[in-house]
Amino acid sequence: MSLFIQQIVNGLTLGSIYCLVALGLTLIYGIMEVPNFAHGHLYMVGAYVTFFGMTLYGLNYWVSALVAGIIIAILGVITERVVFNPLRHAPSSNRFIAALGAMMFLEAAARLLWGADFRSIPPVYDKVLSFAGVRVTEQRVIVIVAAILLIIALNLFLKRTIIGSSIEAVAQNPDGSSLVGINVNVVGMLTFAIASFLAAVAAALAGPIFLVFPTMGELIIMKAFVIIVIGGMGSIPGAIVGGYILGLTESLGATYISMDYKDVIAFLVLVIILTIKPTGLFAKGV
Amino acid sequence: MILETKALGRDFGGLTALNDINFAIDDQEIVAIIGPNGAGKSTFFNVISGFYPPSRGTVSFRNQNMTGTPTHIFARLGIARTFQTTHLFYNGSVLDNLIVGYRQKTKMGLFDAILRTPRARREEADSREKAQEVLNFIGLAGISTEPVANISQESAKRLAIGLALISEPRLLLLDEPAAGINHNETKGLVELIRKIRSHGTTVCLIEHKVQMVMGLADRIMVLNYGSKIAEGSPTDIGSNQKVIEAYLGRAHHA
Amino acid sequence: MLSKNQKFKWSWLFYLAVLILAFIFPALNPGSYYIQVVSLAFIYAIAVYGLNLIEGYMGQLSLAQAGLFGFGAYAAALLTMKLQLSFWLAVPLASVLTAVVAFFIGLISFRTRGHYFVIFTLCIGVIINLVIQKWDAVTGGMNGLIGIPKPTPLGPISFDSLKAQYYLILVFLLLTVFVMYRLVNSLIGRTFVSIRNSEELAAALGINVMKNKILAFCVAAFFTGMAGSLYAAFIRFIGPDISSPTLTFEFLLYLLAGGQASIAGPIVGTLLMSGLTESLQFLRDYRLLLFGPLLILIVKFLPMGIVGLIHKLASRSPFRRSAAKSLNPSKTVKGEGL
Repeated sequence: MSLFIQQIVNGLTLGSIYCLVALGLTLIYGIMEVPNFAHGHLYMVGAYVTFFGMTLYGLNYWVSALVAGIIIAILGVITERVVFNPLRHAPSSNRFIAALGAMMFLEAAARLLWGADFRSIPPVYDKVLSFAGVRVTEQRVIVIVAAILLIIALNLFLKRTIIGSSIEAVAQNPDGSSLVGINVNVVGMLTFAIASFLAAVAAALAGPIFLVFPTMGELIIMKAFVIIVIGGMGSIPGAIVGGYILGLTESLGATYISMDYKDVIAFLVLVIILTIKPTGLFAKGV
Repeated sequence: MILETKALGRDFGGLTALNDINFAIDDQEIVAIIGPNGAGKSTFFNVISGFYPPSRGTVSFRNQNMTGTPTHIFARLGIARTFQTTHLFYNGSVLDNLIVGYRQKTKMGLFDAILRTPRARREEADSREKAQEVLNFIGLAGISTEPVANISQESAKRLAIGLALISEPRLLLLDEPAAGINHNETKGLVELIRKIRSHGTTVCLIEHKVQMVMGLADRIMVLNYGSKIAEGSPTDIGSNQKVIEAYLGRAHHA
Repeated sequence: MLSKNQKFKWSWLFYLAVLILAFIFPALNPGSYYIQVVSLAFIYAIAVYGLNLIEGYMGQLSLAQAGLFGFGAYAAALLTMKLQLSFWLAVPLASVLTAVVAFFIGLISFRTRGHYFVIFTLCIGVIINLVIQKWDAVTGGMNGLIGIPKPTPLGPISFDSLKAQYYLILVFLLLTVFVMYRLVNSLIGRTFVSIRNSEELAAALGINVMKNKILAFCVAAFFTGMAGSLYAAFIRFIGPDISSPTLTFEFLLYLLAGGQASIAGPIVGTLLMSGLTESLQFLRDYRLLLFGPLLILIVKFLPMGIVGLIHKLASRSPFRRSAAKSLNPSKTVKGEGL
């Protein structure tokens, strides 16, 4: 039983990271219909920035995370301006392919700048808490709590602020919004900034638990896609639910089915879900 | 009677777009469906052409119940349609665009194509010949080698109709054929539609241009809020109080 | 009529020249390194023809292609190594097996559309890649399979030398080009293009969209699997990398650079990009640094690739105008509804 609870906690940790990455991806998709393949690689760069912030510049963990968030947000806006905005009216497969191009570039750049070595962000909160036979590091608790706080903050921002609700308005109806005076350009940039910020913070949170390396973005972006497809592309609640579902499935699958095939499980879940429901679980309208 | 709907209904996520439509189209007539915007005309078209399954009721075509039949089978059984926005294929020539319309009548498979078997050659020749024939019929023979991108809106409309005609359908459904073309061009189109009927094809159209419909259709069905509010000859419809109210009422609200 | 004839003659001469060049290339003694590079490019080109059919002509961006390539390679390797089948049996069998796998993938994946389809196929590719990585007992896991037999001699013709292998691969490539040419220029090819342009219109014309999509996907997979099995027999060592999504992305780049929905596009793009990679040896692992932005620039400025550009330039000369236009498969022409 305690093994089970242990895996639930691990699953929630994993799910929290997935959620933060998938939220950004779904926001961008909702606003611009861009399947942003480079999103996972922004996550990767975020992890490196945090790493160097702490090791090279001796910054505090939280300061590094914040710096990473800001730098990646800027990088996200640059991607939007340089790559996606010019292709706004291009066929959707072109945007998809451009996203792949941005992804290739970021990965190659990381490899060139920082090498292919695995690194790890020095753990700060590595004290082990134990209750009822379940042992959890502080870092995992921080991940779970921080993710929840960020999700709440994001929701408040989208629902309670004028600029946030303009993001939602554009997601609902991009053409109509420009008619009622919402600047679609600004909303696009803002969305990329928020999404990239979330990805970088997710990387900073995950950094002390997992490893940092140039291809780390590859698997996470694919999983984030799995999540938003499960949750319905563009849906925010879908991304949250999907993130936790995937985290828990993987964690429990690794324990009770096969450690080797834990990554396969995630993709199988998607295949099964799409087989039953080709438009995802929470698809709008249908 | 070629097509008949009984108690036909269609919902979209709890909203009723079409309700209890009983309607029949007779052989070789020209029928029009009119109604204010959002009256359910397009939904009706999509249901009788197999694009949406009905939520209630049945569609039967030549006494055959069509419920559950895949979309492409509707076409093969003889129901052809055009779309409101004129979909045409690629920047190929006018003739190129027509050829694929004949695909449903051909049987060649993968190996026929790769080995260019006698059957493949024959069918390719047939489709080309058929396309040429249709071009003459719709009056575009003169521009058969012109890239589609260069042709006029009116020619594109005619071409879209030609594409539907090439498979020799029994029933032709036209979704706003006269949208986006001028008065003179509309006259030409009316003539084409009459010509199609005189060759034995039944025509059913949705149209906004009431004037045009009044002069063309044998019979008119009027939809409003997803229900049939009137049916009859153009003169009947023109004096029908419900119809006038439906149009004026909407206009009044707007 | 005259211009049509002219165009035919010119392109015919051009293709003949390219063909002769391909045949005499090893005789020019370019060195074994270059023969190897070009042979490998030919193998990739075969796979890119598969992608061209499904994405270029059919408009369904399948990202499972490297997975299918890897599947074909491992299938051929295992058939020759474990079952001692001859190369001449293993290659067709592996290609057919890949097509069969694609049939089942297609049955499920074509229920989805648009971005869902792309992501779905990407996941299928990743699953194949992960299974190859993890299934040690059969695939050798991360170590891969070593010592795959060379192509079996065909009567008196042996394929021990690099040049002989080059010709062998060239023959497979020409076969692929021939089949693709026949296919896309037939009613079946027109059917595929009609689906790319409007699934609704295709269905309204009585075309079974699902069946045609699966057909195109299976044909694409057949050639992709064939390319994989040639890779296995030519390189004689295979690892999980050959099924990774990265390779799919490279195929996509080759296709886009050359020009999708054209018969020359895949080979032009693959040769060009492989050539670029080789001449930029210093970039090696960093070639993606260049490829990434290149991909973005291509979709922005050259959506029809190099072949498309050539046609566009050719169409400037008044004399070949109509011919070039008809080769440019841009999107559906839509009139305005009121």
